[in-house]
Amino acid sequence: MTSPAVTLDRLTRKFGDFVAVDEISLTVERGEIFGFLGANGAGKTTAIRMMCGLLLPTSGNGTVNGFDIHRENEMIKGSIGYMSQKFSLYGDLTGRENLDFYGAVYRIPSRDLKDRIREVIDRLDLASFVDRPAGSLPVGWRQRLALAAALMHRPGILFLDEPTGGVDPLFRRRFWEILYRLADQGTTLFVTTHYMDEAEFCGRISIMHRGKIIEVGSPSDLTARYGQPDLQETFITLISRERPNGQD
Amino acid sequence: MGKIRYIAFKEFRHILRDVRSLVIVILMPILMTLLYGYAINLDIKNIRLAVLDYDRSFESRELAGRFYHSGYFVEPLSAPTLTDPEYILKTGDAHAVVVIPRGLAQALATPGPYDLGLTVDGADANLAAAAASYANVIVSRYLMERLPPGAEMPGIVLSQQVLYNPDLKSSHFFVPGLIAIILMMISALLTSITIARERETGTMEQLLTAPVKPHQIIIGKVIPYVGLAMLDGILVLVFAVVHFDVPFTGSVATLFIFGVIYIVAALSFGILISTVTRTQQQAMMAAQLLTVLPSVMLAGFIFEIKNMPVVLQYLSQLVPARYFLLIIRGVMLKGSGIDVLWPQAAALVIITMVLLAVAARKFRIRMG
Repeated sequence: MTSPAVTLDRLTRKFGDFVAVDEISLTVERGEIFGFLGANGAGKTTAIRMMCGLLLPTSGNGTVNGFDIHRENEMIKGSIGYMSQKFSLYGDLTGRENLDFYGAVYRIPSRDLKDRIREVIDRLDLASFVDRPAGSLPVGWRQRLALAAALMHRPGILFLDEPTGGVDPLFRRRFWEILYRLADQGTTLFVTTHYMDEAEFCGRISIMHRGKIIEVGSPSDLTARYGQPDLQETFITLISRERPNGQD
Repeated sequence: MGKIRYIAFKEFRHILRDVRSLVIVILMPILMTLLYGYAINLDIKNIRLAVLDYDRSFESRELAGRFYHSGYFVEPLSAPTLTDPEYILKTGDAHAVVVIPRGLAQALATPGPYDLGLTVDGADANLAAAAASYANVIVSRYLMERLPPGAEMPGIVLSQQVLYNPDLKSSHFFVPGLIAIILMMISALLTSITIARERETGTMEQLLTAPVKPHQIIIGKVIPYVGLAMLDGILVLVFAVVHFDVPFTGSVATLFIFGVIYIVAALSFGILISTVTRTQQQAMMAAQLLTVLPSVMLAGFIFEIKNMPVVLQYLSQLVPARYFLLIIRGVMLKGSGIDVLWPQAAALVIITMVLLAVAARKFRIRMG
């Protein structure tokens, strides 16, 4: 596969009169860690939902993993992994049962399923947690379990919607170490985040505001371009430039 | 379909994991049967009956005895001293008066014109109707026993025939209907919360990022509950037969097959509710309101459909309980089979297909 991981061409989504995503264009290469930044309500989640095949665009085009987001959303779903900030596995089932279920839903042949589960458990150090009800795990381990479920079918692209929300800094650091390893092995990571230190980990970031992408580049390029000491200040500068009267 | 199977399996695990709900689901129908079975009891008993016996024969005393031993009639407050039935009723000592003129024994031996008199206090219309029909049954049974085989009926009160429920017990009529209502309510309740719950907890979004189609989720979710609802149905049925002595004259297999069809219809209704409500709370409220009320009011459970205003008669055709009510009463009380009941089953199948199609459609729109 030589196509980029994600291409978006003037992708737009309206809800009635409200334009949630306004003609965004973007290319994400394979193996990239791409940070998707923006204030709450900037349209990040709507954009991600379109890329994941959960929502159809109003206009514009796009491909994910080479599949068209208008016509091939079942193919897209089979080839990506998705993990959201809200814990979305079944709390009354054990970790292993959750993995079992998602493995089956992604059509992993039953003879491979056991091996595959062992693989993600090893990779994420989950061995001592998978046989407890998922809902009883500490937040950090729940996130890891959610990541494990999203990795069961070895997706080429992983969409992470604020994956480390509510997790302590140490756990966040370790979570990112795992993400780096995945990227090294060729998985494309598409991450939305609020944390600027987290954004620094990304190869490139885009900043979204009121449905539009207002800037794209590597964190160091952007800080340099706007002459700011760090990414946080750069972000604030960019956003306030977009609303000069200080209102939103 | 593989994915449907896994979704069903997962749902089944949820059911087993939640022991508390499971216990409620199993006990609630039995409690409801017990409660409603007694509460909705339209049997009229202890009707005070005075017998004016002018025949004073062995037969006339025997006939009077039949009334008092039937369980429906009791002796009047004081022994009648008056001879005019109307006056007896006016004193309030009795609700009904039977007059046995001279010649009963002879009328039984050689059929000829003979009039037994029954006067009923019509102030309480229900009581009057009940007294009249009980009296009819008692008299005609007595005559059947006493007349030589093949003999002609004497010209005695026998204006009404009561079929299918010869004991005239209203529980025989109500309990099967109750089963239909309880199954409808429980089934719809069970499935109504499943999709709402997944949406509320956020698991639905995760599930939808996987390559599964709405109909796979919906069918997968219905399957395990069919088993659970069947279990409920069997429990309530056994309870009805054992505790309320409801006769079961028809074929168990027939009722089983029709029962599955009905349950699937009810579960599908729950799924539809699930797709249009936002929270589990809403889903539960809607399920209870939209199943119990129409099933009780419009399905012919208490009120006869043919006596309803025309609009309601049409509306009642949308209520699945209407069809199952006919099925279960037919099978249990009359011993009817598929040959008579298939139109009801066909109606249920059509309703189910429409419900599921609409549910899958609503589901897709909500997610889009």
